Order: sequence, then structure tokens, then C-alpha cells
Amino acid sequence: MTKQQANWSPYDNNGGSCVAIAGADYCVIAADTRMSTGYNILTREYSKICKLADKCVMASSGFQADVKALQKQLAARHLIYQHQHNKQMNCPAMAQLLSNTLYYKRFFPYYSFNVLGGLDNEGKGCVFTYDAVGSYEKVGYSSQGSGSTLIMPFLDNQLKSPSPLLLPVQDAVTPLVEAEAVNLVKTVFASASERDIYTGDKLEIVVVTADGIRREYMELRKD
Amino acid sequence: MSNSVIEVPPKGGFSFDLCKRNELLAKKGVNPPSFRKTGTTIVGLIFQDGVILGADTRATEGPIVCDKNCEKIHYMAPNIYCCGAGTAADTEAVTDMVSSQLQLHRYHTGRESRVVTALTLLKRHLFNYQGYVSAALVLGGVDVSGPHLHTIYPHGSTDTLPFATMGSGSLAAMAVFESKYKEGLTRNEGIELVTEAICSGIFNDLGSGSNVDVCVITKGGKEYLRNHLQPNPRTYTSSKGYSFPKKTEVLLTKIIPLKEKVEIIGGGDAMEE
Repeated sequence: MTKQQANWSPYDNNGGSCVAIAGADYCVIAADTRMSTGYNILTREYSKICKLADKCVMASSGFQADVKALQKQLAARHLIYQHQHNKQMNCPAMAQLLSNTLYYKRFFPYYSFNVLGGLDNEGKGCVFTYDAVGSYEKVGYSSQGSGSTLIMPFLDNQLKSPSPLLLPVQDAVTPLVEAEAVNLVKTVFASASERDIYTGDKLEIVVVTADGIRREYMELRKD
Repeated sequence: MSNSVIEVPPKGGFSFDLCKRNELLAKKGVNPPSFRKTGTTIVGLIFQDGVILGADTRATEGPIVCDKNCEKIHYMAPNIYCCGAGTAADTEAVTDMVSSQLQLHRYHTGRESRVVTALTLLKRHLFNYQGYVSAALVLGGVDVSGPHLHTIYPHGSTDTLPFATMGSGSLAAMAVFESKYKEGLTRNEGIELVTEAICSGIFNDLGSGSNVDVCVITKGGKEYLRNHLQPNPRTYTSSKGYSFPKKTEVLLTKIIPLKEKVEIIGGGDAMEE
């Protein structure tokens, strides 16, 4: 008597890739704009990037319906925080909130693979990377989504976060200048689009600095 | 009356002995390796003077592109070509095999090969393997009885059509054909229509991509236009380029000299008789 398997799944994967890189005084967050299901394209112009607070931006790939619901939850909780504390949430605080929100649904998860990027209280860039149930870590750079297996090794090679095994503990922030980091992100997505069928169409790049948030677009392969 | 089992030599074809074991393993979570499929758009149409075949050039292994510029239009005979979708190994093997069989047949008969010959050889083979040879083909050519275009499905069924599409991008391509196909197309109109259909597959189907290959077959001969259209160049190359450090980070160095187990006696001939 074999166990009966489900004949319907509540989840779907809409594909796509996201990347975030932290710098000394900036943070670059980028994601492609293709939304797909199976072998079909649903739309070529869907933004996976969401501004959660003044200096805090999140990019999420996975099941976009769950991502939308998650963004709404975070926005609502942020509004309550603003009413109670009379200030915006800073990036590390938002990071903890996201982790708790994800773990709250530990037994029916948000199918959402997130990277959170922004500036911390001192104005230094910070990037937090998550799994679907809220395990997170502060890192110097990260990628998630269908192209992450293609992108991450290249970022490891170029940005080379010092090994966490070495002492004294070294800073994870990259020494690259903002323009170099944006260049790296463009290269990485152009390469991922060549080999990953779910990544392509257009690239949306968001740069968070002390002056504010800047948005940039680049064309990617459409096939 | 002996109790021993008479050993019968295997008759060829597949042996399904391991199926039960595979099922048990799959239940335990050990899955067989995935095949490389071409996740493709292939098309064919009949025009005024003959047949035009078209194909995209992307080969996929699941969600990853493993070949950005592969050849899906296979040679069968000087006047017959075949596009293949499905498992890449299967389409390659089956078209090579039938191509060789056709050549031997040409030597035997002293005549040009006919498309129906290739069709029958392919469908017999595929039916024999009950759909396990996962090859979906669009076969086209021109012989003494005129231009012919056929589709062949993995289970062995065939259709004879004026225009046809196969592969994961077949719906996208067929939408173009159904809107714009008409009888008596000229050579250039035909090539343009085929290119448009393949492009529809390339841009709207994630399993198809990269370039367009076209093959025009007429009574006079054939024209294989490899990479007839290349609508997907790389979008960004960094002007500065990237440097790659040659060595890996050294975390620890420890040298353990090997102890000799054998005593070497100097002198003496190597191989004494």
C-alpha cells in the first residue's frame, strides 16, 4: 500500500536571477525582468526588486505570487514600526524582520529566494542572503534564483570574500568602486542569459547610496 | 525430461530486466541521470520548386543551455534532409543509421533515394522501440515523384503535410505558418516564412534559442544555409576584461616524506635470463 502522492502543487517557479553586491559606501542590487512558467514567457518586463525602506532594497526570485504576498507583509510591518518608533527601519533591522516573517511560515513556506541589500546605520553597504524559510547571513555579495549556480562561482572568483576560517576576521565589503561593481553585474547577467533559459529580456539595476536610490536598465538576450 | 533451463541467446533490442530495480531506486530517491534533449523548434514547408526545412540551434540539459549552436538539420541523402527534436543522442543515432541504410540501398538499386524509403525505414525503427527512442522528426526531400514533407513521431506514426512543425516551440511556429502559409510560395518567400516561424519559436519558447538554420532542397540540388540568421548576439562584454588569479589560496602546508618499504640493491642486470 504505497503512500498517495499529491496530484496538485500550490507552488510554481517563475524563474529569474538576482544579485547583490555591497561596497564601502554603496550597494548594488540587480535582477532580470523575465517572468516565466514552464517553457513559456509570461512577461518580459516584471520587476523583482522592491524598496522596503529608504536605504533597504530586496530582490526576490521564485514564485512571484508568494513574493508579492511577502512584500505586502513586510510593507505593512514596516508601516507599524514607523508609527511606533517615528523613524524608518534600518537595513539590519529589516533583515531580521524578513527572517522572522519567513520562518513564521516554516511549515508552508513562501517559495521566495531573497537577497536584501542596502546601507547600514554607518552608511556602509550590506547584503543579506536568505533561503526559503528564513536562514540568513550578512555577506559581501550574493546571488539567488535559477542563474545563481552560474553567477555565484564567478563572483567568488572576482570578489573573493576572504575565507571566514582565517584570523583576524576580515571585512566582507568589496574594495571595488561603484562603477566597477555595476560593470561586474552587467557582465554576470549577460553570461547567465547565455546559458540559463529562465534568465534574460532586461536587467534592472538598483544602486543605493547616501544620496538616494538610482535605477538603471540594460537589454539582455530575448531568446 | 531435464529440469535445466535452455539458454536462449538474446534476440536484440532492449532488455527490460532492470526496470523493477530502477523503480525501487527511484522510490528511495535515487533518480536516473537526465537525458540531453534539444527542446527545439523545427519546421518544414513545401514551396513552388521543392522543400524548405528550418531549425533553431539550442540544445538544453534541463534549464541549462549545453550547446548554443548545435546542428539539428541532419543529412540523409543528397536529396533528403531531416530535422530532429527530442533526445539529441536518439535523433543523431537514428538519422545516421537510416542515412547509411539509404546509401547501401542506393548502391544496390543504382537509383536516387526516395523520401518514402527514408520515411518507412525511420517509422519501422521507431515503432519497433515502442517510443523509447525519443526522436520526433521532420523529414523533407525531392525525388523523382516530386517534393515530399513528412513528420514522424517517437512512437512511429507519420503524417504527410504541406507544412509542419515539431518540438517544444512547435505551437509558436505553427501559429506563424497557419497565418501566413499559402501554396506556390517562391524561394525567397519560403525562406522568409520559415525564418519567421523559427524566430517565433526562438523568442517565445524557452527551450529554443540562438540562431536559425535553413535548408532548401529542389530538383536541381540542395542549399544548406547554416546560421542563416543570428538574432541573438551577446548583449554585453566588459571593455576592461577580467583577470583570474593563477593560484588557489594556501591555507596549510604539511610535507610527509614517504617511508621506503623496499631496499634497493645496487647493480645487477635488470632481466636475467
